[in-house]
Amino acid sequence: MDFTLSKEHEMARTLFREFAEKEVKPLAQEVDETEVFPRATVEKMGKLGFLGIPVPKEYGGQGCDILTYAMCVEELSKVCGTTGVIVSAHTSLCVDPILTYGTEEQKQKYLPALAKGEKLGAFGLTEPGAGTDAQGQQTKAVLDGDEYVLNGSKIFITNGKEADVYIIFAITGVVEDAKGRKKKIISAFIVDKGTPGFTFGTKEKKMGIRGSSTYELIFTDCRIPKENMLGKEGKGFGIAMHTLDGGRIGIASQALGLAEGALETTIEYVKERKQFGRAIGAFQNTQFQLADMATKCEAAQMMVYKAARAKETQKVYSVEAAKAKLYAAEVAMEVTTKAVQLHGGYGYIREYDVERMMRDAKITEIYEGTSEVQRMVISGALLK
Amino acid sequence: MKIVVCIKQVPDTKGGVKFNPDGTLDRAAMLTIMNPDDKAGLEAALRLKDQYDAEVTVLTMGLPKAEEVLREAMAMGADKGVLVTDRVLGGADTWATSQTLAGALRNMDYDLIITGRQAIDGDTAQVGPQISEHLGLPVISYAQNIKVEGDSVIVERQYDDRYHVLKAKMPCLITALAELNEPRYMTPGGIFDACKAEITTWGRVDLKDVEDSNLGLKGSPTQIAKASDKVRKGKGEKFTLDPAEAVGYIMDKLSEKHII
Repeated sequence: MDFTLSKEHEMARTLFREFAEKEVKPLAQEVDETEVFPRATVEKMGKLGFLGIPVPKEYGGQGCDILTYAMCVEELSKVCGTTGVIVSAHTSLCVDPILTYGTEEQKQKYLPALAKGEKLGAFGLTEPGAGTDAQGQQTKAVLDGDEYVLNGSKIFITNGKEADVYIIFAITGVVEDAKGRKKKIISAFIVDKGTPGFTFGTKEKKMGIRGSSTYELIFTDCRIPKENMLGKEGKGFGIAMHTLDGGRIGIASQALGLAEGALETTIEYVKERKQFGRAIGAFQNTQFQLADMATKCEAAQMMVYKAARAKETQKVYSVEAAKAKLYAAEVAMEVTTKAVQLHGGYGYIREYDVERMMRDAKITEIYEGTSEVQRMVISGALLK
Repeated sequence: MKIVVCIKQVPDTKGGVKFNPDGTLDRAAMLTIMNPDDKAGLEAALRLKDQYDAEVTVLTMGLPKAEEVLREAMAMGADKGVLVTDRVLGGADTWATSQTLAGALRNMDYDLIITGRQAIDGDTAQVGPQISEHLGLPVISYAQNIKVEGDSVIVERQYDDRYHVLKAKMPCLITALAELNEPRYMTPGGIFDACKAEITTWGRVDLKDVEDSNLGLKGSPTQIAKASDKVRKGKGEKFTLDPAEAVGYIMDKLSEKHII
């Protein structure tokens, strides 16, 4: 078993870290404070190929592996959780399903612009009554001639108003199973921004990742060309679940980055901060806290990288992704909370990065499947 | 158009500096980066590649580990990498280094050679101009702007208080300043391609028209008698005072130390 990273991955980490330090970190506090989407940073990342890392070169991508993508989200999130989730939602939730389920025409039409960052992607599954219970969808798509007519709304959509291409799930029919129970047929669609009948509702004001654009999407008699159905009719639920398996690796990477960023910031702080005539890093309580934080970060990193490898090599990687997200998210919350505690009163002040990191960390235990959902996935596989 | 950029792997000043017993740098034991002036030279070459579809080859002399800096350059967009490495070339001063690089360049096809002005480890600014002497090429040093016009280059040569605009017919050599541009980042795909790419490796036998007496430590007119890490400054004291008080404090301190 080899835990060393390849030369490629070491170099990629150097690149992502340098970019994060120079281009992302100086803006992180302002992005959080003003809740303004970091458009200029996204454009820079697009030009450097960060928005098409696992996309094959024939579709305009970088032709790298999932681990490289995970490392990108990790390094960005070390300094800015908002920037990390922008890349994660775009890549895992929009680019990946088109790559996995799209027809050749759909791939040719959408992937080059998405991979080069000329367009940004989003994913719309959640509805007011359909969060963890994804089967509770209400949005409907009815075939009318060569078009589907979409009606309904989606909430809490990351990259909401800033995206150009959306993967949207809707009910396309109802069937009865052998026992006479009615079951919704869900299908997936690629929807372009600007399609008549597609508008935006309220912008959510959030606890963390405040620069990420979280919006309600509203569809009112929105006509989608039939050829924009992604995958086969009725396969939408499977597409959504499989896509979220990949998305969880992205969010696990974001959580990992937040934890590592908080740890690095705290190490610097405890060397400088003096109490009772000594740097607080000289106190055993601080040392033991740091030791626990570092150990958990490393364990989370192993699990996230293992899940990234699993997506590369296995057809099904739900359990690896669920374990990585569950653990990394809980580590993110624990490590950022300890980081705030070790900063004392300063940790509670907005001027200090750990305050933002703690707020950013909380969402990783909630979106793309709560920690409870991850436990359901993991235990479901154990008891099968 | 063919451009060769000479680059050097130098110690990262963020890491510690380590020495061999003979006073030369222990390069294998240090964190390294691409020399900043060389990186600006590479960026200038890559911009000419973007504009004129030039072919960019990066050349370095060093330990086998110096291959890393070539791959970094290729991940930024250079087309080929050539590493000159051989035990007999170790410990070279600027004379032996420029002789080695000239020996390698005699095997290569180029219209333009770009080097950095100077490396942050030696700070001599001699290697670029020396290469041009060995190869009988015109040299324009301290370039802060480079343009190509037909078969010539037009270069702004920086001085302390002004610049000269010089024109030279290619082939020629230019030494670049870090201020020349903002070097581009690598790309993820570029990194993967660069790590798969083949690096041409040359040893002593591949160098053309160079005498052994001009190579390595033995061929170096400059011998290092002693080297040491820089003397660390104290941590200093920080005061927050209003301007009048601050001036008074500084004046007192300067006179206390007999500086004024």
